[in-house]
Amino acid sequence: MYFTYLRRELAGRRRQTIIVAVGMALAIALVIVVNSISSGIKDAQASVLSSVYGVGTDITVTQKAAAPTQGQAGAGPGGGGQFDFGQDAGTSSGGTTAISQSRLSTSRGSTAFADTTLSTIKNVNHVSGAAGTLELTNISFSGTLPDRSQRPSQSQSGGTSTPPASGAAGGGSSFSVDSFSVTGLDPAADALGPLSSVTLKSGRTLAASDDGTNVAVVDATYATSKSLAVDGSITIGGTAFKIVGIVSSTSTDASTATNVYIPLDTAQKLSNMTGKITNVYVKADSSANISTIKADLQKQLPDTTVATQEDLASSVSGSLSTTASLVSNLGLWLSIGLLVAAFALAVLFTISGVSRRTREFGTLKAIGWSNWRITRQVAGESLVQGLIGGACGVALGLLATLAINIASPTLAAGVSSGTSGPFQRSGAAASAGSPGAPGASGLAGGPPGGGFGGQAKEAVTNIVLHAPLSLWIILGAVALSVVGGLLAGAIGGWRAARLSPSEALRSVA
Amino acid sequence: MSLNQNSTVATNSIPERESVMYQLTSVTKNYAHKGKTVRALDVAELSIPAGQMVAIQGPTGGGKSTLLQMLGALDRPTSGSITFGGKDLATLRSAQLGTIRAEKIGFIFQNFNLIPTLNAAQNVETALAVNGVDKAGRKERALEALAAVGLADRADHLPSELSGGQQQRVAIARALVKNPQVLLADEPTGNLDEAMRDEVMELLERQWREKNLTLIMVTHDSAVARRAQRRLRIAHGKVTEAK
Ligand SMILES: Nc1ncnc2c1ncn2[C@@H]1O[C@H](COP(=O)(O)OP(=O)(O)O)[C@@H](O)[C@H]1O
Ligand SMILES: [Mg+2]
Repeated sequence: MYFTYLRRELAGRRRQTIIVAVGMALAIALVIVVNSISSGIKDAQASVLSSVYGVGTDITVTQKAAAPTQGQAGAGPGGGGQFDFGQDAGTSSGGTTAISQSRLSTSRGSTAFADTTLSTIKNVNHVSGAAGTLELTNISFSGTLPDRSQRPSQSQSGGTSTPPASGAAGGGSSFSVDSFSVTGLDPAADALGPLSSVTLKSGRTLAASDDGTNVAVVDATYATSKSLAVDGSITIGGTAFKIVGIVSSTSTDASTATNVYIPLDTAQKLSNMTGKITNVYVKADSSANISTIKADLQKQLPDTTVATQEDLASSVSGSLSTTASLVSNLGLWLSIGLLVAAFALAVLFTISGVSRRTREFGTLKAIGWSNWRITRQVAGESLVQGLIGGACGVALGLLATLAINIASPTLAAGVSSGTSGPFQRSGAAASAGSPGAPGASGLAGGPPGGGFGGQAKEAVTNIVLHAPLSLWIILGAVALSVVGGLLAGAIGGWRAARLSPSEALRSVA
Repeated sequence: MSLNQNSTVATNSIPERESVMYQLTSVTKNYAHKGKTVRALDVAELSIPAGQMVAIQGPTGGGKSTLLQMLGALDRPTSGSITFGGKDLATLRSAQLGTIRAEKIGFIFQNFNLIPTLNAAQNVETALAVNGVDKAGRKERALEALAAVGLADRADHLPSELSGGQQQRVAIARALVKNPQVLLADEPTGNLDEAMRDEVMELLERQWREKNLTLIMVTHDSAVARRAQRRLRIAHGKVTEAK
């Protein structure tokens, strides 16, 4: 009787069933789409961030902006530094001098600090691990000059000066400037930091035994653009390094943090920054303690900028972040709103249905149906309406998500070096650190008009948005439709149960 | 569930006109209407023997439906006692009244009150669903009951596909399928034209006779009322014998 009646009611009152189910379906579909897009966005942000900051990093510590007077050789803070072409800097032939020099210095936006900070950080409560890196930019200059006496003493101040075009130095001269980013890291600590998020494409990664040696691991994108390969060599700070490995980002769409990775002590020696680091990557023993650690670090190291992954996520800009905020604001509220509307629709339709069927329920009570039997009947109807809506909603949501995944929209993600905010320094470090990313200015350095590595305001990565569907999202959506149906059914059933059996005798007006 | 099955079964199966089906003593029913109390029913003493066919007449608003509600265990009186099958309906809980309605009382309404989405057979089955009859038994008994009212060939028709007289016959089948002791009818022919009215009345009378029912029927129709063994008149809540 129960199912016969249920089926007959739903079929017989098709319009109500359809309206309630459609409302529920739209809400459920939106919930699924918003959820899968937002988890896609989280993935995208995480992959952008992990390509910059490494996997497993909970907190990064960088030095706050140093005053320009502390900067190097009058160049902008952490800028390209100054080229000094000494008497023997080039070889002279036929009135022109061929010059080639390569210089390694801190990346624009990075400020070095003593690596004793690292041990301070490691001693902070709940810190399970910390790794220090030295983020550098290698700028090499090569070209020919017409006359030794016109020896240039060029000061590159990155963001402010106009980039030199080839031939800019006057008649007969031609030169190019090439810059790439270099990260010095402790090979023993490679579980943390930028090299932790990469996949090895060929060769090997840095090992503890590489300490102090001139070996380098090169980002695959950069290696391709410069035709570099394992066992080849690359000149960093005027020193030839042996390439031992090529790495790529785990995310197919983003490049790794830096063009070249070398052992930390080698980097410190070459850049004349022994005992200095620019970044510390910190791992917490539990994610619950991240804010405690952040507070402790800020207390113990007042001169540093301490940023959590959450702070880092807010530094991701571009259309990815626009979409992220669109989804997290509009999408969230829209789906909550639609869900509430669908629930309200289900409840109102159930209540009005019960009111219209007052005599029907009164009659059933008059012939002996119990309150429970009637409640169950009404609740069952609403539940099934909710479930039909839920099933249609899941189908609709799956189709929409599939459509998004087929379209796979590409979003631009930048790790911003905004002019304000707690994350300024490390943002800038990151931007300088990933010029190999497609679309970044200053990559593939050297060509006329190209900026210097330090000039990049923002490392832009194009990332394909996937909308991953998890079973949990689907189960959650179905659960929501069950909740909506039960809510409507409980309210409607309660009202039906309250009706008096004498309603059966009341004559219709 | 401590209903006195033995005595009620006995009165039903053996035509013992002397046994009492209903005994009402000092029964009143008040309704609150616009802040005032309306006494819809005020019965000092009323006894209805088992197997009697009673017609109730009276002006609109006189209290006919209210009396039927009390007899049908749809509602409790404000005061007084209504003894039915050895129990005082005034003191029973709602669930117990529900059980009595399900097992012992058949109801017929002026507007038929069929479930519009269920077909004739399913409508009849609703009366058995509460009586622990299994699915096959329900189906079989519903078809039997429909056959008894001459609608064997309309079992799968929806109420909207039946005439008024046919709908009321389905309702009669629904009321009788559980073999109740009492059949209560509130203006059963009020919505029917003359031909259908006679058809339904003949059916009710025949069922009453065949099944030894106690039939209590509210009617405006004197021709219908004349067929009854006893006629009661209710006005302003007071019951008087009208024979
Ligand atoms: N549920 C109710 N609430 C308020 N007043 C009611 C209710 N039911 C009946 N009444 C009143 O009780 C009186 C008797 O009603 P009723 O028994 O329906 O009369 P009849 O069936 O004889 O026309 C009327 O005055 C009616 O207005
Ligand atoms: Mg009435």
